[in-house]
Amino acid sequence: MTDYKNLKLIATSSPHIRGSETTRGIMTDVIIAMLPALAYACINFGLRALTLTAVSVAGCIFFEWLYRRLMKRPQSIQDLSCVVTGMLLAFVCPVQIPYWMILIGDFFAIVLVKQLFGGIGKNFVNPALAGRAILLASYAGSMTSWVDPAVNKAAILGSNVDVVTAATPLAYMKGTDPVALAESFSNLTGTYSVSQMFLGQTGGSLGEVSALLLIIGGVYLIWRKVINWQTPVAYIGTVAVLTFLFPKAGSALDWMLYSIFGGGLMLGAFFMATDYATSPVTKKGQLVFGIGCGLFTVLIRYFGSYNEGVCYSIMVMNLFVALIDKYTKPTRFGIVKSEKEASAK
Amino acid sequence: MNFGKQLKEGLLTQNPVLVQVLGMCSTMAITTSIANGIGMGVSVLIILTASNIVISAIRKIVPDKIRIAMFIVVIAGFVTCVDLLLQAFVPAIAQSLGVFIPLIVVNCIILGRAESFSYKNGVGASFVDGICQGLGYTAVLLVMCFIRELLGAGTLAGFRIIPEQFPIGVLTLPVGGFLVLGFLIAAMQWALSKSKEGK
Repeated sequence: MTDYKNLKLIATSSPHIRGSETTRGIMTDVIIAMLPALAYACINFGLRALTLTAVSVAGCIFFEWLYRRLMKRPQSIQDLSCVVTGMLLAFVCPVQIPYWMILIGDFFAIVLVKQLFGGIGKNFVNPALAGRAILLASYAGSMTSWVDPAVNKAAILGSNVDVVTAATPLAYMKGTDPVALAESFSNLTGTYSVSQMFLGQTGGSLGEVSALLLIIGGVYLIWRKVINWQTPVAYIGTVAVLTFLFPKAGSALDWMLYSIFGGGLMLGAFFMATDYATSPVTKKGQLVFGIGCGLFTVLIRYFGSYNEGVCYSIMVMNLFVALIDKYTKPTRFGIVKSEKEASAK
Repeated sequence: MNFGKQLKEGLLTQNPVLVQVLGMCSTMAITTSIANGIGMGVSVLIILTASNIVISAIRKIVPDKIRIAMFIVVIAGFVTCVDLLLQAFVPAIAQSLGVFIPLIVVNCIILGRAESFSYKNGVGASFVDGICQGLGYTAVLLVMCFIRELLGAGTLAGFRIIPEQFPIGVLTLPVGGFLVLGFLIAAMQWALSKSKEGK
């Protein structure tokens, strides 16, 4: 017999079924997905890539801890999102920038863009990209001189050897004069083959050079269901289509391949445009978001004054997320079209 | 009239920039160096005080319907005087302030005080109000100039404090103006709410 007198009725409000996903788990997956690119950066640029990333991560953790402590808020460093921000910020900077510079970027990313707006999930643009934008506006010289990886493999930790700088592939693809552009593009195709571009043996930001390893990381994230395929595929696809249809020099195929493997497109498409807080909720919205990012990237690369448009295009589209969400809101279950039209009237 | 109360209002509780949020255009644009801040602050202080006095004096003979036009005429007269004086005696500052001196004509602080204070109060009170509000504006400009010049350019009143490679250049750009102003408004609101709690 059941002892009804001692049986307790527990009433709780929904939801009753909870997933096992946590922010910490998701962020761990993102970190794992970035590790191959980081390892490759160490091979390509020397150990300084690792120390720069470590300093950036430490800076982000410190600023987040400090802010939450000063504001007497619950600590949030254990969700690891600040580690991801720190790694991403290091990934989009040239490898030889001074350590204090990346700490300033950390401060802006974590305190200004993330914490002042309420912490994780409430930032209005991607913190790492905002940090990079602020560094670029403040220290244009350091932020746009790139290390030539072929010469600097020997550069060792902490040593002050003179780095040899090299233009990034995108710098060769910039210009308004068609003759000069055709010449510099053929220089580029002569210097780096498509497979070198794909593998990442070129100059560029710390973590952006190897398209292959970034794609592997991105596929891992899609397989783990951390990100949807919509944003990166729409983003890269738009850039590919636009650059294939409107090549500025060389053959259309070459131009397209160098456009999508050069610069930070892969890094931006897989790791930055997919940030939860600053990308649309619905899959339809994510497609729109990715296409918008691709459009702005090509526009900036073709007509802007910067060589690279990934950073700004994602930040611009971040600002449109609320609008995209508004227009891609799915119909509620049970509402048929005629009713919807009736309610619209 | 209570001078202390008006001074407190001008500097803190009714600060034209941080609480009334008026005169944003000039506040953003010229607060990149201390010299600019002093030039702009003092100009506005003088024009505000003078126009307050005149508008208060003529308030009973000005018909209600055309009062805004009258305010503008009075303010524009003083702005022209100050503009010419600056060009004659401190051409460097006049140069770097550029169009923002003529733009004082439509500065919301001056129009706002004319409409909300001197049009309703006596000459003496309006004179004090002009000085207090002008001081409030100048004080905020100087704080912003100090932060933006020190961190953004690494200098203070032209002297180099931070070596050239370190300063965060973005603070001297418009973005920096918005950031610094946002921080100051937040700090002001925090301080005001704290002092209210204290009472």
